[in-house]
Amino acid sequence: MSGFFKSSIGRKYAMALSALFLMFFLLQHFAINILSVFSPNAFNEASHFMGTFWAVQYLLQPVLIFGVMYHFIMGFILEFKNRQARVVKYAKNNGAANSSWMSRNMIYSGLAILGFLVLHFIDFWLPEINTKYIQGDMSGLLADGEGFRYYEELTHKFVNPLRVGAYVLAFVFLSLHLMHGFSSAFQSSGVSSMRKQKLQAFGKAYAIIIPLGFIFIALFHHFNH
Amino acid sequence: MNLTLKIWRQKDAQSKGKMVDYKVTEISEHMSFLEMMDVLNEQLINTGEEPVAFDHDCREGICGMCSMYINGEAHGPDRGVTTCQLHMRMFKDGDTITIEPFRAKAFPVLKDLVVDRGAFDRIQHAGGYISVNTSGNTQDANAIPISKHAADEAMDAATCIGCGACVASCKNSSAMLFVGAKVSQYALLPQGQVEATDRVKNMVAQMDLEGFGNCTNTGACEVECPKGISLENIARMNREFLSANIKG
Repeated sequence: MSGFFKSSIGRKYAMALSALFLMFFLLQHFAINILSVFSPNAFNEASHFMGTFWAVQYLLQPVLIFGVMYHFIMGFILEFKNRQARVVKYAKNNGAANSSWMSRNMIYSGLAILGFLVLHFIDFWLPEINTKYIQGDMSGLLADGEGFRYYEELTHKFVNPLRVGAYVLAFVFLSLHLMHGFSSAFQSSGVSSMRKQKLQAFGKAYAIIIPLGFIFIALFHHFNH
Repeated sequence: MNLTLKIWRQKDAQSKGKMVDYKVTEISEHMSFLEMMDVLNEQLINTGEEPVAFDHDCREGICGMCSMYINGEAHGPDRGVTTCQLHMRMFKDGDTITIEPFRAKAFPVLKDLVVDRGAFDRIQHAGGYISVNTSGNTQDANAIPISKHAADEAMDAATCIGCGACVASCKNSSAMLFVGAKVSQYALLPQGQVEATDRVKNMVAQMDLEGFGNCTNTGACEVECPKGISLENIARMNREFLSANIKG
């Protein structure tokens, strides 16, 4: 396998695998977040489990961080290399005649998602790391000690309409990214067209339902708190 | 039809080129695009100007030589045709048509609309063949049983004429549809199995060396391919490449 990941096809596989992993993570993230709409207690319990269980914290979390970083960095490297493959641009290029907007602009939808991730990390991940690993408070309890803090923190973040607007916009870009990314990951992995046709319908549904679900959660908490 | 043509003019590989406007008149809608270019060149020769250089050979859609990027699409706005099969009925009187060479770092412009597609030949040389003893005792290919399905798919892949429209249309200038087709046409047949591992590894290595971009699955190549080569060939090449690397 030496040199496999340096080849163009090897990098396609790596991008596809990291994408499939991130899509699975997104599904799991959504499954926990949607609990906040139906049951604050269930959301608190699930969040506390994910935030304190050693396998999630010390095994899955580093893999997730690596997966996110790899997908972004390799995405930028490939985009840069691809641009170098055409030095002189066309005076007239009709890309809409043969390909979707989503497929041609993955770098821009990806950049929008990266911008969102920075905001999301500042909002949730960095305070979480600070509370647990710098202040050493692994209890997950509110300052007054009455109940878990996760639901309170979530609803507090969705008070500001500007932040809610940014989240909604980011999930629209995420949907556009997934519209192409889902089927593209399977094509890069070498899945044959027979199987891909069935996956494509599932992919389109995934690309719409999951981001729409996250938008619903943000708006639900904004208008209910 | 009376038309305005915006054509890329470039003296040679070293010179800087530019778009130049020309007018052509009384173009018949029954003409092929190349015949329209012939009319323009006759006009240029009669006025003492340098005719526009462009590649062409068979003019019946099989050699893959004609290579123009017309109004933002390889081989123009029609589907499943090369430039020589593109008819002027696809355009309207008074239209302005932009004509450029195929653009890719791996396809350098030699003159005007002529590009060097030698990179494709070098990829083929790297593994796009089977080794057959031709000393007189060659086995009859028809003696080897091949399923109808495999034979059909291999034939579909083999219809690639190597015109380079896939590279020209791809926003990344990727050659993966071409290489995928060439890998597939052998991978699907028993005769191609013996050298399958080396073939895909060597052809992909040469493709990367030539400076083509990476495929991002936009599907533009499949739409613009005059022979309708399917993206399935790229997926098959990816599987072949992974399998070859696992085998070592």
